[in-house]
Amino acid sequence: MLRHSMPSSRGTKALFQFGAVILALVLATLVLIATGAPPFAAYGSIVKGAVGSWGVASDTVVAWVPLLLVTAGLLVTFTVGLWNIGIEGQITLGAIFATWALRSLDGGQVDPGLAITIAFAAGMAGGALWAMLVGALKTFGGVNEIFGGLGLNYVATALNIWLIFGPWKRPGIASMSGTLPFDKAYWLPTVNEQSRLAPVALIVAIVAIVLIFLLIQGTYFGLKLKAVGKNPKAAFLLGIPTWQYLMASFAICGALAGLAGAVQVTAVYHRLIPSISSGYGYLGLMVAMLVGYSAVWAAPVALFFAALNVGAIQLPITLKLDSSLSGVIQGTLVLFVILAEGLRGRIMGKKGRAGS
Amino acid sequence: MTTGMLLIGLAGVLASAGPLVFAAIGEAITERAGITNLSMNGLILLSAMGGFATALATKSVVMGFLAGAAIGGAVSAIVAFSSITLKQSQVAVGFVLALLCRDLSYFLGNPIMGMPGPRLSIAPIPGLRDIPMLGVLFFRQDVMTYASFALIAAAGLYINKTRPGLVLRGLGEKPAAAYARGANVSRLRYFYTIAGGALAGLAGPMYSLSIKAGWKGTITGLDGMGWIALAITIFGGWSPFKVALGAYLFAFLQWLGLVLQSAWPSVPSQVLQVAPFPLMILTLLFVNMGNAEWVETSLAKLPEKPRRVVAKALRAINVKPPAALGTPFEKD
Repeated sequence: MLRHSMPSSRGTKALFQFGAVILALVLATLVLIATGAPPFAAYGSIVKGAVGSWGVASDTVVAWVPLLLVTAGLLVTFTVGLWNIGIEGQITLGAIFATWALRSLDGGQVDPGLAITIAFAAGMAGGALWAMLVGALKTFGGVNEIFGGLGLNYVATALNIWLIFGPWKRPGIASMSGTLPFDKAYWLPTVNEQSRLAPVALIVAIVAIVLIFLLIQGTYFGLKLKAVGKNPKAAFLLGIPTWQYLMASFAICGALAGLAGAVQVTAVYHRLIPSISSGYGYLGLMVAMLVGYSAVWAAPVALFFAALNVGAIQLPITLKLDSSLSGVIQGTLVLFVILAEGLRGRIMGKKGRAGS
Repeated sequence: MTTGMLLIGLAGVLASAGPLVFAAIGEAITERAGITNLSMNGLILLSAMGGFATALATKSVVMGFLAGAAIGGAVSAIVAFSSITLKQSQVAVGFVLALLCRDLSYFLGNPIMGMPGPRLSIAPIPGLRDIPMLGVLFFRQDVMTYASFALIAAAGLYINKTRPGLVLRGLGEKPAAAYARGANVSRLRYFYTIAGGALAGLAGPMYSLSIKAGWKGTITGLDGMGWIALAITIFGGWSPFKVALGAYLFAFLQWLGLVLQSAWPSVPSQVLQVAPFPLMILTLLFVNMGNAEWVETSLAKLPEKPRRVVAKALRAINVKPPAALGTPFEKD
C-alpha cells in the first residue's frame, strides 16, 4: 500500500464515480429499452412521482426519515466492520414495541406528547434488543452476523404477523391491513391533515445523522470503533475490549432502526401493518455502501433513494411498468460504484478495499 | 394419515428440496474454492424468471434450464470479477447483486406474470417405479430431481476422491500452497465461482418450470430461498452429503408446516411458513458453537470425563469454514 496519497487521487476518485453513475444509468436505460418501455417517459414519471407536487414531495421526505435513521445506524456497524443485515428485523421490533407501548397507554389518560415519547423509547429499546441478539449470536454462538441477522428478520416477520392475526387482531376480523388504528390523539402531528409528514420525525432523523457523524468523526469512542473495524485483533491487543464495542455498535444501530419503526407506526401508518419495515433496512445498506460508509454524503443520497422509491410507485399506473424499477436503478448504481472503485484501485496500482 | 399419503408427501419433500440441493451444492463448491457468492437469493429469482421466459418463448423446457444456468453463471461471473480481479469485498458485491437481481426479475418478469407455460413432466423410471414404497419415493420424479440425486453423489466424489477436487479444496484452505504446486489460483477460482453459480442457476427453473410452475412476481414465494441455500451450505459444513441432508431437512420442515396447518387452523399460515427459517438459524447456532471462544475456555474448566464427552459431541456437529474463505489471494 502506498504511504502517501497522490495529489490527484481525490479528483480521479470523483471521475471514476461519475463514470460509474453514467454507466449505471446507461444500463438501466438499456433494461427499459429491452422491455419495450419508453425510457425517458419512465424517468419522467419517476421525477414527477417524486417531486411533481407538494403532496408527492412531502411523501418523499416521509420516506427519507426512516431511511436516514437506518443509514445513520448502519454507518456505526459498518465502521466497526459488521454487516448488520438483521436491520429489517430491528425496524420491525421497534414498530412492535412502539405499538405495544401505545396500546398499553391507549386509555386517553396519558398526555399525547409523553405517550409518543414513551413509544419512541420503547421502539429504540426493541430495536436495540433485537440487534444485540444478533451480536450475542455472533460473539457467544459463533454465528456470522449476516446469517443470524437474516434468521432473526424472519422471526421478526413471523412475530409481527402472529401479533396482527392473533392477540392484537382487529375486533371482528383479523386482516393484512393491520391492527386497529390508535386513538387520533396519539398520532404524531403532521404539517396538515392530508400530509403524513411529521416535522418532529424529520428533526429526529436529522439530529440522528448529525450525532452519528460527530460520534464517528469526533469522539474517542468513534476512534476506537474505527480501530476495531480496521483490525479487530490489533485493537484487542492494544487493550480495546473488542466484543463490547461490537455489542455497543449493534445496540446503537438497532436503537436507530427501532426508532425508524416507531416513526412508521406513530407518524405514517398509525397502526402495526405486516410489512412495516418496507425494505428500508436493505435500502439503508445500499445507501451506506454507495456513500463509502461515510456520513457526509448519507443524507443527500438517502434523499435521492427515497425519491426513487416514491417516484416509482406511480409507474404501474402511468406506464404499466413494475415499480421495482427503482430497485434496479439503485442496485446498478451501487454495483457500478463498487466496480469503479475496484478498477480505480487496479489502474492506480493501489490495493482496493480488500476483505471478506 | 395413511401410509400412501405419507409416501406421496415425502416424495414431494424430495422433489421440493431439489432446487435447494442444486443451489447449496453450487455454493459449497464456490466456497470450497475460497469465494463467498452472497448473490444467491437474487440469482435464483432471476434464473427462475429468465428460465420461465425462455421456455415460454422457445416452447422448450430444456432451453429454459439452459437459460437458468447461463444466468446463474453470468451473475456469478460479476462476483468473480469484482472479488478476484478487483479485490473488492465479496459480501458487498454479493449483497448488492442479491437485491439487484431480485428487483430485475420482478421488473423484467412483469409482462409474463401469471402466464401459463410449459412445465417439466414426471418421468417414472420403468421397472424401478413399481418397487413397493421406494418406487413412489424415488422413481416417480422428474428428470431434474433425478439429477439432484446424481449431483449429490457426483459432487461428493469429485471433491473428496479426485485430483482436481483436491486442488479445489486447496484453493479454499491454502491458496498459497496450491499456487506453489502449479495451480492457477485466480483462474480456478473464476471457474468454480461461475460453475457453482451455473449449478445454482438451475434451481430457478426447477421452481418456475416444475415445483411452483409459472412466474408470479413477488407472490411466487421464492424470495428467501437463496438465503436459506447459503445457510444450508454452512449447516452442511461445505460437504455435499451433509449439505443435501440440510436441504431435505428444510423441505421436510416446510412440508410439516403445511401438515400442521390443517391440524392447527388457529395459527396464521404465515407463521408456520416462516418457521423453518428460524429453525435453520438455531441449527446454525449448534454447528457453530465449537468455534466460539467461551465454549473452549469453559470446556477446559470441566472435569476430565464430562469434558471428553462434550468435546466429542461438539466435534461431531461442529463445522469449520475453508480457512481462506473470503480472503483475496496475492501471489507474492
